[in-house]
Amino acid sequence: MNSQYPNNASEMPDRLHGPLARMLASWEFLLIIVAVLIFFFNTQASPYFLDAWNLSDATFNFTEKAMIAFAMALVIISGEIDLSVASIVALVSTSMGFAVQLGFDTPSLILIAIAVGAACGAFNGFLVATMGLPSIVVTIGTLSLFRGIAYIVLGDKAYSGYPDSFAFFGQGYVWWVITFEMVLFMIIAAIFYVLLHRTSFGRSVKAIGNNPTAALFAGIRVPRVKFMLFVLSGIMSAIAAICLTSRLGSTRPSIAVGWELEIVTMVVLGGINILGGSGTILGVFIAAIVMGMVTFGLGLLNVPGIVMSIFTGLLLITVIALPIVIRRARQRVAN
Amino acid sequence: MKKITTLLSAVALSSTVALSPVQADDMRIAIVVKALGIGFFEAAAKGAEEAATELGGVEIIYTGPTDTTAEGQIEVINSLIAQKVDAIAISANDQDALVPALKKAMSRGITVISWDSGVAPEGRQMHLNPSSNSLIGNMIVKMAADQLPEGGDVAVLSASATATNQNIWIEEMNKVVGNYTGINVVATVYGDDLSDKSYREAQGLMASHPDLKAIIAPSTVAIVAASQAVSDAGRAGEVLVTGLGLPSEMAGHVESGASKSFAIWNPIDLGYAATMISYNLAKGEATADAGGEIGMGRLGSVTLSDTLDGAMSDPFVYDASNINDFKDIF
Repeated sequence: MNSQYPNNASEMPDRLHGPLARMLASWEFLLIIVAVLIFFFNTQASPYFLDAWNLSDATFNFTEKAMIAFAMALVIISGEIDLSVASIVALVSTSMGFAVQLGFDTPSLILIAIAVGAACGAFNGFLVATMGLPSIVVTIGTLSLFRGIAYIVLGDKAYSGYPDSFAFFGQGYVWWVITFEMVLFMIIAAIFYVLLHRTSFGRSVKAIGNNPTAALFAGIRVPRVKFMLFVLSGIMSAIAAICLTSRLGSTRPSIAVGWELEIVTMVVLGGINILGGSGTILGVFIAAIVMGMVTFGLGLLNVPGIVMSIFTGLLLITVIALPIVIRRARQRVAN
Repeated sequence: MKKITTLLSAVALSSTVALSPVQADDMRIAIVVKALGIGFFEAAAKGAEEAATELGGVEIIYTGPTDTTAEGQIEVINSLIAQKVDAIAISANDQDALVPALKKAMSRGITVISWDSGVAPEGRQMHLNPSSNSLIGNMIVKMAADQLPEGGDVAVLSASATATNQNIWIEEMNKVVGNYTGINVVATVYGDDLSDKSYREAQGLMASHPDLKAIIAPSTVAIVAASQAVSDAGRAGEVLVTGLGLPSEMAGHVESGASKSFAIWNPIDLGYAATMISYNLAKGEATADAGGEIGMGRLGSVTLSDTLDGAMSDPFVYDASNINDFKDIF
């Protein structure tokens, strides 16, 4: 699409705020440096880190969450948020478990999962885009609603007995240590890269995040785009639910609890502006790997889970505060 | 560069704090619990440390997720596999979901057992139950009989009439009640595990059986309600309450004399036994075979059933002599 234009004057920028542009333009570069340093630190801290199979196992810490994070990135760039994603995972997994009891086979399970995920997303999208309700309130509501349904259906029981062929999605290896989930993660990353950075849809998403009114006057069908983003978020949650359910081989209503916060952290760490309007898929991609490596590295040192949550919290605050602090410091220097 | 150092110092700080010496001991046994920060499991960890000290050369890795989720435990298991620990003893959040991860652990030569909350047989070498139905059934009537050398009328205050566990325990109790001379079970009533209903049922038992000597309540809700009812009726000491209860909830009633003794599993012993079994299996000093025996140190040995599970011991009896040590634990 860019090639139609003679120069880059008309391009929608990936980043906003002129004076910040240079610093933020290197965010992905910064993340790569952080990733390399964490990798190095991990190899020094634990002799078990640098092992192909261990690293392969470690990817499960982030691949499923990252699949949702890509969709979340688009939702956040458009100026909205979807906090119901982990609950959609629970409801989708419960639906698949229910279908298994009725004797459905693997391909039908996949279809059911995608349909339920899309329906949940459409429900969010309807309330946000059509009714014009604030997404943070709507998705906090559906966060309780979707998981609540899973709890009503399952109680303290669990669904298991998934077909053997279903296990491939979460437990299968494509080649040597390369898991199916890793490959799927790469493919999804590529698709989202094209969607955000190479299509008019992606440009509309950024335009809406920057200024919804201006976007509307520019002829973008704002409600429709937003509706589609929530459906997309639901579908990606369903795909993650397929992988996770397949990996666990059973469904409990507490499945994926708390994931929404880790996913938002991943997205913000990836350099997506929490206020909407800018960000890149590459950033989210690297951020997912960084978070996966940190979790795994701390796990190898037997750091208790609660310390990891503290770390995630600090990371989130640091990442949000850092650009603001630097901008203020620069302004002071400029004055 | 400033920003990079800020980010990294956060990483470094949170990691170095917990940096522990690796490979300092001959054997590393991981005690994986449902979630960290639960008193019952902290007590089990204490027992595991006790076993490690007794054995020597054993490092205990006490770990678990922050939420009681299966995927949290899988992350923990994966990092333990990566560290090549010698044994994993786990109280599972999901008996099926952990099977693939634990199978992988076993295929890499790690000894895997479950304790407290079990894993499906294909995901572990053996499972350690805190007790067994017959031992519980025997213990609840034995505690009453021990306090009533002359015998007398006793009644059972259970959970709901359909509660599987309680019904099995009462059935087991009725099988052995003949061994205790003079003990006569006059009624079995149900409080549905509701405090107020259990309280009224206990009042009813005292009213309709004036010679009642003891109430046996094999439910943690019923035993508290019955103790309260006996105290409120001013008959503490005349009508004894016993059964299964939690030390934290029963401490006051033991002090008031409404209950002389009650039983429940001892989490310290459970952690101790799980560690001893893991050690013996990992050392190759025992194998997990149906009908086989595995040593548990000071607790004797456990005999495995056809499904490779075994019962640790009689439920542990709590009374005035030890309740203060346990009331803060669980």
